[in-house]
Amino acid sequence: MNDLAYRAGQLAGGTILCRSSLCANPMGSFTESLRLAWDMATRWDPALWQVVALSLQVSGTATVIGATLGLMGGAWLAVARFPGHRAVVVVLNTLLALPSVVVGLVVYLMLSRSGPLGSWGILFTPTAMVVAQAVLVVPVVTALTRQLVADAAHGNGEQLRSMGARPFGVACLLLVHERWALLTVLLTAFGRAVSEVGAVMIVGGNIAGVTRVMTTTIALETSKGDLPLALGLGIVLLLVVALINLGIAALQWLQREPEMAAERPVALPASGQAGAP
Amino acid sequence: MMALGDPQPRAQGLAPLIRLEGAGVRFGARIVLQGVDMAVRAGERVALIGSNGSGKTTLLRLLHGQVPHLGQREVHTDAQGREPSQAMVFQRPFLLRLSVWWNLQLALWLAGVPGAQRSQRARRALERVNLREHAQRPARVLSGGQQQRLALARAWAVRPQVLFLDEPTASLDPGAKRDVEALIEEFAAEGMTVVMSTHNLGQAKRLATRVVYLESGQVVVDRPVSAFFNEPLPEAAEQFLSGERA
Repeated sequence: MNDLAYRAGQLAGGTILCRSSLCANPMGSFTESLRLAWDMATRWDPALWQVVALSLQVSGTATVIGATLGLMGGAWLAVARFPGHRAVVVVLNTLLALPSVVVGLVVYLMLSRSGPLGSWGILFTPTAMVVAQAVLVVPVVTALTRQLVADAAHGNGEQLRSMGARPFGVACLLLVHERWALLTVLLTAFGRAVSEVGAVMIVGGNIAGVTRVMTTTIALETSKGDLPLALGLGIVLLLVVALINLGIAALQWLQREPEMAAERPVALPASGQAGAP
Repeated sequence: MMALGDPQPRAQGLAPLIRLEGAGVRFGARIVLQGVDMAVRAGERVALIGSNGSGKTTLLRLLHGQVPHLGQREVHTDAQGREPSQAMVFQRPFLLRLSVWWNLQLALWLAGVPGAQRSQRARRALERVNLREHAQRPARVLSGGQQQRLALARAWAVRPQVLFLDEPTASLDPGAKRDVEALIEEFAAEGMTVVMSTHNLGQAKRLATRVVYLESGQVVVDRPVSAFFNEPLPEAAEQFLSGERA
């Protein structure tokens, strides 16, 4: 069994072993982690990619749920006015700093057998992890969307209202108008979800092959003392997220290119006479 | 350009589409408009003039029903109880980050135009303002003049009875200004009631049948265009006119 296969076995089985010789030299650990990350990324190791796939599945689903609620809620908050509106915005902005461990604990209490939602029987399943991450993501999407749409509505909302749009219609149209900027909001939300460890550890339990995701694996390997493997996994996680970001950036660029091209100055070819010093 | 008559006597005989009585607007503690009594009748072309901050745009928004106000604002309804349809073109029209075509389609959808008629109306509107070949371009890459023409097309497409224009040719070059003025002329010639704010006295002379001069949020002069430019005016209005002419 080579070193990578051995370590992949650890990922699947969760055997606690300490590799303290690597821990003793941090720079050595870093170099080793880069090599490991490269190995893991280039060799298609099923145990690793199962963990990666589950991470993407859980965080992707949580982001979709959070985006659906957050985009609608944020856009509505941007255009609606009601008593206590400012208080709601303050609370919402405060929730941006919601500690993930606290969310994990609350969701755990809700979903545990004695909790109000215990009958669902989803604790220690990926569904519970999706619920916890969605709770974390909703305030991020809502708060950022509210700010974005409120800025766009300033001075423009009246024009849409004058065309016959009602407040929620104005909000939806401004969501369409700001759709490329909102992609960045969704990326931020996905980043918050995929990098989160506390909540999924509590409600998922980090069960090998069932609820083990990238971040909980990294936490586990760190606790076992295998820092290079933990760092290597971190690098793989970053690479996967970077690939998603690149895809979305390419999409944004393709859509915005006509607008940007129209505003980009174009240098005319130098003429033999005109403009010569 | 069509010859400009003075339809004021005919217009005065008609019931006002919109009437303001003692109307005012406050933004916080600041009084922007006060004691405004005026009426807009069908077929009129009203130019609102005055210096910056005199309340022209706020008066347009008030007539259009876009701002909370003091006093009375009455809108004439027809036998079915429907208010006259209205549209407004703002000084800096807001175009969604969509194609020219979709900007028009959305305006028609918001105005409640049935789906079956939208494409035909959008096509006609684009032809009307000579933007047909730009239909698939992003609206926000158009030049300032083209954007203003698109905004006019968007307003015209919903066939409003009253069209409000807020300095429709501000910051346009002379060519674009001519195009936009010609379109306003054509819309008015079709029977559309036009209320516009402008700094340009020549434009008021060319396009309006009636001129309303505002100062510090109050209507100081409200006269047919010929009377406004040919008869003595209050001192404040004279000073404004001489400044604009200089």
